[in-house]
Amino acid sequence: MSEVISNNHKEGVKETLPLKGAGGSLFDKIWDAHVIQDVEDGPTQLYIDRLYLHEVTSPQAFDTLRDKGLKAFRPGQIFAMPDHNTPSDQQECINDPVGRKQVETLARNCQEFGIRHFAMGTKDNGIIHVVGPEKGLSLPGMTIVCGDSHTSTHGAVGAIAMGIGTSEVAQVLASQCILQQKPKTMRINIEGQLPEGTTAKDVALYIMAQMTTSGATGYAVEYAGSTIRSMSMEGRLTLSNLSIEMGSRAGLIAPDEVTFAYLKDREYAPKGADWDRAVEEWRKLRSDDDARFDKEVTYRAEDIAPRITYGTNPGAGIPIDGCIPTLDEVPEAQRAQFLAQLDYMQFQPGQRLLGTPVDYVFLGACTNGRIEDFRAFASVVKGRRKAPGVVAWLVPGSWAVRQQVIDEGIDKVLEEAGFELRLPSCSACLAMNPDKVPAGKLAISTSNRNFVGRQGPGARTILASPLTVAASAITGVITDVRAL
Amino acid sequence: MKEKFDIIRSTCIPIAIDNCNTDLIIPARYLASTTRDPKFFGDAFMHDLRYDAEGRPVGDFVMNQPAFCEAPRKGVHEIIVGGANWGSGSSREHAAWAIAGYGVRVVVSSSFADIHRNNLLNNFVLPVVVSKDFQQELFDTIARDPQAQVEVDVPRQTVTNLTMGRSEQFPLNGFKKYCLLNALDDIDFLLQNTQKIEAWEARN
Repeated sequence: MSEVISNNHKEGVKETLPLKGAGGSLFDKIWDAHVIQDVEDGPTQLYIDRLYLHEVTSPQAFDTLRDKGLKAFRPGQIFAMPDHNTPSDQQECINDPVGRKQVETLARNCQEFGIRHFAMGTKDNGIIHVVGPEKGLSLPGMTIVCGDSHTSTHGAVGAIAMGIGTSEVAQVLASQCILQQKPKTMRINIEGQLPEGTTAKDVALYIMAQMTTSGATGYAVEYAGSTIRSMSMEGRLTLSNLSIEMGSRAGLIAPDEVTFAYLKDREYAPKGADWDRAVEEWRKLRSDDDARFDKEVTYRAEDIAPRITYGTNPGAGIPIDGCIPTLDEVPEAQRAQFLAQLDYMQFQPGQRLLGTPVDYVFLGACTNGRIEDFRAFASVVKGRRKAPGVVAWLVPGSWAVRQQVIDEGIDKVLEEAGFELRLPSCSACLAMNPDKVPAGKLAISTSNRNFVGRQGPGARTILASPLTVAASAITGVITDVRAL
Repeated sequence: MKEKFDIIRSTCIPIAIDNCNTDLIIPARYLASTTRDPKFFGDAFMHDLRYDAEGRPVGDFVMNQPAFCEAPRKGVHEIIVGGANWGSGSSREHAAWAIAGYGVRVVVSSSFADIHRNNLLNNFVLPVVVSKDFQQELFDTIARDPQAQVEVDVPRQTVTNLTMGRSEQFPLNGFKKYCLLNALDDIDFLLQNTQKIEAWEARN
């Protein structure tokens, strides 16, 4: 279905032939430095520097270790924290017994296997993909894995970071290695200055509409170009986070001064002379000028505008002031599935979505739960009032983000505008904790997936940036922040 | 569940949904379980398309139609024919557990999401990549005759639409093929290589 979209938005795309040079790409350099062996007619055995664990995809992996009588091979390189089941209204207890058991099981497993655990409700806790970079646990040049597809986030610091399954989590626990087929490489260049009101989230939504949600399947993607170089670390993390929604397990960005300034003095980052030596090494982590990519694509920042999705995959999106494709614009073979998506979303072909009433707004998730996202949201709602009847969940991605929101006085701005700051959690991103959108209700959300039932059975989701979500929270209808 | 692969000849369940993501294959609320019970996950396979909010079977969903509702057993419904970009989205291996737990041994599609493809293999469910033409012809064949059989020959790496007599080769690296034919796990291989790992660590 998402192929429909690319047909309608082909303008502004420049596909270039793969470069012919022999130099190494950023991905190749990090990958090659971690190869234990290439199995004959098989995968690569790759060394993993950092394994993150959460409560949902780890219990059965620990069971595998127990079955085989194994210890964690390198427990010091592993960090665990619950985030998916964590409630965002209170964190005294989890009322759902199944979720509670899962969170307790993580704590018990970490104790048994000697793994550092950031418990729910403590200052170290938060969503893994927010906490890892923010604590300096995810560093340039590393290989990083976690049983979560949004592990691609950490690639923004200049690392190979990939989501894996539970069997692979067990493999890393047992051997600090995984067996992986080396992916092809793709470079996506974004050049120029982003227009007003347009964020990293809009860039990602634009790319997936162009190349579809499987356009980067089989590839590791490096984001490059002047737009990326001038993007904040938070923006880069948002963009890398959404790599998996283009089909790519790993998105990465060469580390530069922005990266170093972000990581310096973080809790687990190297300090003093070690820091200086590390930065010297990290500066080498860039694709050579003659690096060869299997595919290279260039987009112009000026072609990108604030965007929203209208369907049930993240590639089914339009500029916020655009219209859903008409049936004529959809290839015949894809019409049935196109209509099925619109039927679920209760939209019509050709419909303009500006002005459509929304029931829920959600700011948060590993995609947009960082300090910059809260600043952006607050900049829109400051001096205004939340629309009556709209339920708003504003959920920081970590306790550190929440503290910074308070330290900067953003919580006061939110409060005066009728919003409440909640507690760190994956929250309404995936319907695994009490924050579920009821059936039939329409949510505009900064999260990463608009799948059928993703935010709750029957829930309808529109993906957008924190600015667009904030503007819509004020008016109660889908709103272009540039027109507010 | 770890059964050695050889030649599978079976009827199929056609799930003609493109971008059938892992949230559809198994909704998030089934992820909070710490169990490894195959039946628990098998019952949740495609749950929210199979059942309505009150838990009643949705009659027009393919898995509830008389021709396709029978649970897989040898020669029957061991193969799913899925839409393009099968298993996109979340990395949840629960999706592979759901497919394996339901009793399916092979998923045929024109493309698979990377993480899900590995998860299937790690659970001894074989992802078979075919051309879009082959996939469409297979959907058409099954639509005409739900009893149509497909043969998946792992040693020869071929998939055959027996009704049409059309075959294609599918990719499978030699290492993984050896694992499937002999029911071996990746983890066992890695554990045999700890000296290499320690040597690498000493160098870095």
